[in-house]
Amino acid sequence: MIISVASGKGGTGKTTVATNLAMSIGSNVQFLDCDVEEPNAHLFIHPEFKYSETATTPVPEVDEKKCTLCGKCGEICQFKAIVVIGETVLPFHDLCHSCGGCMEVCPEDAISEKGRELGIIQKGDSNGIEFVHGVLRVGEAMSPPLIRKVRAHTRKDTLTIIDAPPGTSCPVIASMKGADFILLVTEPTPFGLHDLKLAVGAVRILDIPCGLVINRSDIGDDGVKAYAEEEGIPVLMEIPFDRRVAEAYSKGELLVQQMPEWKEKFMELYSQISDMVG
Amino acid sequence: MKELVIISGKGGTGKTSLMAAFAYLADKMVACDADVDASDLHLIMDPEVKKSSSFESGHTAVIVKDRCTECGLCRELCRWNAINEEFVVDPIECEGCGVCVYFCPEKAVDFPLNVSGEWYISDTRFGPMVHARLGIAEENSGKLVTLVRKEGKELAEERGLNLILTDGPPGVGCPVIASIGGASALLIVTEPTLSGKHDMIRVAQLANHFRVPGMICVNKFDLNIEETRAIEEAADEKGLKVLGRIPFDPLFTRAMIQGKTIFEYDGESETCRAVREIWKEVCKIMEIKEIQKS
Repeated sequence: MIISVASGKGGTGKTTVATNLAMSIGSNVQFLDCDVEEPNAHLFIHPEFKYSETATTPVPEVDEKKCTLCGKCGEICQFKAIVVIGETVLPFHDLCHSCGGCMEVCPEDAISEKGRELGIIQKGDSNGIEFVHGVLRVGEAMSPPLIRKVRAHTRKDTLTIIDAPPGTSCPVIASMKGADFILLVTEPTPFGLHDLKLAVGAVRILDIPCGLVINRSDIGDDGVKAYAEEEGIPVLMEIPFDRRVAEAYSKGELLVQQMPEWKEKFMELYSQISDMVG
Repeated sequence: MKELVIISGKGGTGKTSLMAAFAYLADKMVACDADVDASDLHLIMDPEVKKSSSFESGHTAVIVKDRCTECGLCRELCRWNAINEEFVVDPIECEGCGVCVYFCPEKAVDFPLNVSGEWYISDTRFGPMVHARLGIAEENSGKLVTLVRKEGKELAEERGLNLILTDGPPGVGCPVIASIGGASALLIVTEPTLSGKHDMIRVAQLANHFRVPGMICVNKFDLNIEETRAIEEAADEKGLKVLGRIPFDPLFTRAMIQGKTIFEYDGESETCRAVREIWKEVCKIMEIKEIQKS
């Protein structure tokens, strides 16, 4: 089973929920941090990284000796990532989406591919959790290819928990697609509600069952609950604001370590999700 | 003309609330919401839309059944596995690269332009605002951000306004890169947590990479004083100007619920005093003529 934890708005507690859920279950769990722009889950799970690889995406390399400057590569490229200017052909690797079109279209076989570094993928273990995350290279614009590479580490024989990035565009979709359940985390504020609606829109497009965790549930207003009821989204857990929780979070401590009574609640959350997935 | 872009790395540190507070304090400005993916600034700014335009960007492949002979070349060439066995393109997976369109021997693949969002020019009680709404599950957020900022600049020129305040997205990827290129300065709003610090360092590296001068302030500083100090030290090492600290204060949420800036909710609070001091510093560093509202 794959559970993807998402939110729309940033800073609502995705990582808190995902890490505490994983730690509460404790064995036969795989954790994929797909928030590759700002991966934080390792700060709470403390895996000992034993494996690291550089993730790349293919970009064109032109053999100038073979190139006749026919311009077909520039014609097919939708991303303006390769152009013929005067007597040279210029690839712009940062703009390349790695579709392979230029290589395919080149009549002279002058284009081959090399890798552009997307970032790194690290893997390690901690307390029975198999942990994988991607770290986007600073300056790299495209996170979805790296997210897909992190997800390629998904094991079929175990529970996989995905920590998704905030928002609702392509990186979020790349982190939710193919999941069995989306656990949405929000806060009961106008910002939280507005972005939750967008996240639910994305979940509906993908047609995946979802449930809601309301974090800092006693700060804010009733808008989120009213909306959840209207939309038929079950509220699976509420985490009231507690300054001790916020302070523990700031130090990289888990809720279930600070207040062990939460472990049972997260186990209950997991069993509710299992029932809903069936 | 000066443009201040407010970013954070980590989400939920208070970018948008602070941005709205600055819009209140600034004498004259144009507001840009560059968080097109999950924009919230309008919930406080309450814009009255004057002009709305659709954002067209990129194409999506559509296979026309009547012309398709199911030869399978498109499926072979597509690197996104966006075409299923029934030769239907999944628009979510389609990258819009056009490879299938180009190579289809039957010319059976249409390639219509996407309408992937909307953008608006609005009036607010603080001045004009440019904002946008990217369609759910859409790509090209970077392009929409670039468009919003370009329109913001044109609007500022048109109306003789010298300052643009831009609310940026979280992260360090495509929309953030599009938000900071060519900005006069960045203000990184962070929080005193391990995550806040980790993400602030990455976004500071990005600022460095694109050579945009950066400033920083720590929101909710009293949640962890030790971490606040560590962040300020790390920021200083990275060449960021440390502007000040904002206390943890439910005022932000209360004001947001009423659709107000913190100054409109309780301008006399200690938090407002702290934000005012930070704004003064911003004005000094960016050489903005500072005429503060009382």
